[in-house]
Amino acid sequence: MSAREMAISTAAGPARWSRVVIYGLLIVFALFYLTPLFVMLSTSFKTLDEIRSGNILALPAHPTADAWGKAWGSACIGVTCEGIKGYFWNSIKMVVPAVLISTVLGALNGYVLTKWRFPGHRIVFGMMLFACFIPFQSVLIPMARVLGILGLSNTTAGLVMVHVVYGLGFTTLFFRNYYDTFPTELIQSAQMDGAGFFTIFRRILLPSSAPIIVVTVIYQFTNIWNDFLFGVSFASGGSSPMTVALNNLVSSSTGVKEYNVDMAAAVIAALPTLIVYIVAGRYFMRGLMAGAIKG
Amino acid sequence: MAFIEIDSLERTIGGNKILKGIDIELEKGGFLVLVGPSGCGKSTLLNAIAGLQQPTAGDIRIDGTSVVNLHPSKRDIAMVFQSYALYPNMTVGENIAFPLEMAGTPKENRTKEVGAVAKTLQIEHLLDRKPAQLSGGQRQRVAMARALVRKPRLFLFDEPLSNLDAKLRVEVRAEIKRLHQNTHATIIYVTHDQIEAMTLATKIVVMKDGIIQQAGTPSEIYNTPANMFVADFMGSPAMNMLPGTVTADGRGVALDAGAFTLPLATPLTPGRKVTLGLRAEAIGAGQSGFGVTLDLPVEIVEPTGSDLYLWLRLGKALVSARFPATVEQRPGAIQPVWLDLNRAVIFDTESRERIVGAAQEPALAAT
Repeated sequence: MSAREMAISTAAGPARWSRVVIYGLLIVFALFYLTPLFVMLSTSFKTLDEIRSGNILALPAHPTADAWGKAWGSACIGVTCEGIKGYFWNSIKMVVPAVLISTVLGALNGYVLTKWRFPGHRIVFGMMLFACFIPFQSVLIPMARVLGILGLSNTTAGLVMVHVVYGLGFTTLFFRNYYDTFPTELIQSAQMDGAGFFTIFRRILLPSSAPIIVVTVIYQFTNIWNDFLFGVSFASGGSSPMTVALNNLVSSSTGVKEYNVDMAAAVIAALPTLIVYIVAGRYFMRGLMAGAIKG
Repeated sequence: MAFIEIDSLERTIGGNKILKGIDIELEKGGFLVLVGPSGCGKSTLLNAIAGLQQPTAGDIRIDGTSVVNLHPSKRDIAMVFQSYALYPNMTVGENIAFPLEMAGTPKENRTKEVGAVAKTLQIEHLLDRKPAQLSGGQRQRVAMARALVRKPRLFLFDEPLSNLDAKLRVEVRAEIKRLHQNTHATIIYVTHDQIEAMTLATKIVVMKDGIIQQAGTPSEIYNTPANMFVADFMGSPAMNMLPGTVTADGRGVALDAGAFTLPLATPLTPGRKVTLGLRAEAIGAGQSGFGVTLDLPVEIVEPTGSDLYLWLRLGKALVSARFPATVEQRPGAIQPVWLDLNRAVIFDTESRERIVGAAQEPALAAT
């Protein structure tokens, strides 16, 4: 028996009690945070009658997916009654290019700022960092003007551009800190072997960047998908993203308030970020830690 | 005209002169070792030759053409880095093939050449592994293979053995020597280890504070060091340094260490402050030529297996002497020793430069 095991067995009483307390608290907090999700899900499977008469925490008596179908395909948003599916695709069309472009540009920036340093690279990086601290609201009007000049007002392309510009500060910061610890000798060696700027980036740096790419993609995806302010300001009507449509759906006040449809739509809106977290979450923590320790 | 010519090379970083006018020549097939304490500028010099750092003044010519304005990849130079710099995401085979791939060599030729180089360095069985799965010595070999496969006109090694343990270091050192003998490659090698410098080089350049202290063959550096720095830096144990004053008749040196006067082979100006340098092997049992016998108390006994080093008390100074391992001695005993003064190197204490060389040769150091 090792010394460690002995210590645990002799201290079994207090150790077990502290375990019970720790797990008890964790379970209480988990339930607390999961309750809204539970209410959303159970409500979305109830009929309107049941919602009106029943307990908010009760499970649906006769589960039905009607509300989901309606939310997706036939709920009325403003004057059109085609559900949120069109807006869901709007968001996808916005978030995918915006995430990809901002990640690639951030990686390139990080590469240049750490491995191809030029006079004044610190100032440039400092200015890019500054972009992380500018409040959204303060850039709305200048951004609207720029989009107008470029002819991108009320388009998904315009929204993509806004998100790329706004995300660049963060993605650059992530990649710069990650590449800062990447051995410069590898870059020098590749240079001597005859590899150029982009070849080194593609063949040497990118294959070693998986953790930070995951972090950046999750961060950008969540932020851009959940963004409401830019969406409501720079896209309107048919080109609105999901978040704006959800707001319109919930606040459309004609007739009865269909809580089950609202809840279903809200869950649909939250689903992509949830999936991204579940699929890549492991890497997210690992990448954050790596950045935190080495950066 | 030499194959490699470095001409009054200078590099200044932020007002600090790292290299203060370096002149080096190296013949084709030569093995040049740059040696010196850390911060002496040897790595900066190597990076300048590689093209990774631009010199602020001076010229580097390879085969008669200046390369200072060429991109590193255009200089036809391969480098083995201290950390080996193997690409972590590629297999060993892909690592070795990378320079060929960049040069646009067709795939089948690449495979063939990688195979040939891998065979020379006995790493054929490792070609499918990733660098992370290799030991230090294997990584070192892969790094050399990647340099060799290009058949460059110049190889640069930046302290390639400093990450290996002592036993492996000796093995790989021998391998590098063999490689040089078999391929007749021109090599410039940086190290802070004077034993590596002595064993590998055909020419040694000793540097300190961005200035070349001495350039010459290993035996020149060892036997006729140009100044007290080189004498102290090269050789283990370090050369015994005995400061003193030239006697009134000019034929002896009265040592500062105590009441000893050692005779001089060549007369010097009376009263001049000089330092007498004697290697451990010039103090020992033999008794021939020009010298003096002293009875000195033993302070420390250091057996190395092959030799026995005795640290002897000479007045206030402690000198090391080399004896055959068969000699038996205890601390505290009195040991009669023969100081072979023909092999003494005399330095001016003031300027720290050599006045009289061991072999009485003209100043080779001035290269």
